[in-house]
Amino acid sequence: MSTVTSTGRPNADAGRAALTFDRLSMVFADGTKTLDDVSFSVRPGEFTTVVGPSGCGKSTLLRIASGLTTHTSGEVIVDRSSLGYVFQDATLLPWRTVSANVELLAELDGVDKAQRRQRAQEAIDLVGLKGFEKKYPKQLSGGMKMRASLARSLVLKPSIFLFDEPFGALDEITRERLQDELLSLFLHEGFAGLFITHSIYEAVYMSTRVLVMSARPGRIIADVAVPFAYPRLPELRFEPEFAELAGHVSGALRGGHQ
Amino acid sequence: MIEQTDLGAGHGGSDELTPAEAAAASADAVTGIAATHRGRRSLLEKLGPVAVFVAFVGFWYFLSYVWMSEGRRFLVPPPHRVVDQSFLDWDNLANLLKSLWLTAKVAIVGLVIAIVLGMAIAILMSQARWVERALFPYAVALQAVPILAFVPLIGVLFGYDFRSRVIVCVIIALFPIIANTLFGLLSADRSQHDLFTLHGVNRRTRLGKLQLPAAMPSIFTGFRVAAGLSVIGAVVGDFFFRQGQPGIGILIDVYRSRLNYPLMYGAVILSSALGILVFWLFGFIANRAVGHWHESTR
Repeated sequence: MSTVTSTGRPNADAGRAALTFDRLSMVFADGTKTLDDVSFSVRPGEFTTVVGPSGCGKSTLLRIASGLTTHTSGEVIVDRSSLGYVFQDATLLPWRTVSANVELLAELDGVDKAQRRQRAQEAIDLVGLKGFEKKYPKQLSGGMKMRASLARSLVLKPSIFLFDEPFGALDEITRERLQDELLSLFLHEGFAGLFITHSIYEAVYMSTRVLVMSARPGRIIADVAVPFAYPRLPELRFEPEFAELAGHVSGALRGGHQ
Repeated sequence: MIEQTDLGAGHGGSDELTPAEAAAASADAVTGIAATHRGRRSLLEKLGPVAVFVAFVGFWYFLSYVWMSEGRRFLVPPPHRVVDQSFLDWDNLANLLKSLWLTAKVAIVGLVIAIVLGMAIAILMSQARWVERALFPYAVALQAVPILAFVPLIGVLFGYDFRSRVIVCVIIALFPIIANTLFGLLSADRSQHDLFTLHGVNRRTRLGKLQLPAAMPSIFTGFRVAAGLSVIGAVVGDFFFRQGQPGIGILIDVYRSRLNYPLMYGAVILSSALGILVFWLFGFIANRAVGHWHESTR
């Protein structure tokens, strides 16, 4: 098992990356320093997960990547026209049906009606919501809402996908099922993923690479490569190698807690 | 008949039930209890208003026959006399309904103006914080100042007939529209806003596809409150602006001054019936418009 630990390593591969943070720092208007000298890249075909204690600036990282928040120093290189963002809650519009919700982003981007209809239907089929097109969000379970939210972003076929603790509010069974579904989407669609989570097991199970962040101000304190091949089977969660790697990440996380 | 057969079968077969059947039977029993419970509640829901109505009429008779002495009974005539003179006498009823229709027209015109004006003001306020800060205190002030204070000014500016009554309506009905619309427009989640921001939408798209739809339940609540108030506004407007055809408010005042209490109460009942009708109508519209996705509308 190969694990690499480094901090603030140079980004020689930034040119080919789907998303690059270069010496990124963020200080809020009230003076709190949230991110400190964060550098890493996510390349196509990579699924990178950031774990860290709450309040360490993980979510801020995604907000900066997407342009919702402006950072104070450093650089972000990303093609925002091809960026998908899945929020912590499903953020469906309750007055729209599932299919109208899935069409929303394409609609905002000015994709013509016939085309966005077709793409929405494809995305709905892909996430397993066929038959629920005419339902309203209040009629869906938490897991189904999250599937609809995924489908909404899939419609735009993004090359980089940002996930801000999307499964945090779900029960464990639904959460594990959605992890598998997201991984199969990742393999099928070939996007690069940047995933934020509290859960070490989720991080190790999903990712090609796990970055561990320290408490505020967030720095990358460990960079762990995950060698398991895809497709990953649910049984992986009970393998000794899996436990060992999770233990390694957990140790790094505790080391960063001061 | 059917119920009896069901019961009979249930009792007779209970000894030889297989586990699966027993489970099914107990499930039936559970749903049965649930159904009875629901049935009882819906009966209560139906009987509640009737009971209150009966109690109200009873209290009225009590006031009329027990509380009031013989000589003062004319102040609170018993309900059947009110019904008899106001609603069963065709000439009186025609007169009342004609005035009620005029008042309804004032209320409707006032409500429509209040809706258009109030929503426009609220939308403006939602677009810039400084507009909200500049206008909101005056909207509150408009609500707080007694309408009596405006009467001379409105009279001088707009005369003493239909137009001024409508203006009273607008003044009374405007605030709930502004407050509820604004509240609704600002109710969309931050993450929903983020979603729209990510896709670089302009203000109009954000307003049309996010803020206004999100505001609809709250806007309809505002409409309902304002509708009730506009009926009150029209009646109050009648009291102050008496030129032209008389509305129901003028009739109330005229019957009062003539000590014709049965007809006065008849007029009061009709004007509150108008208020209830308008309130119910907007509840119905709200339910049709947003009931499929929003639960709190009834």
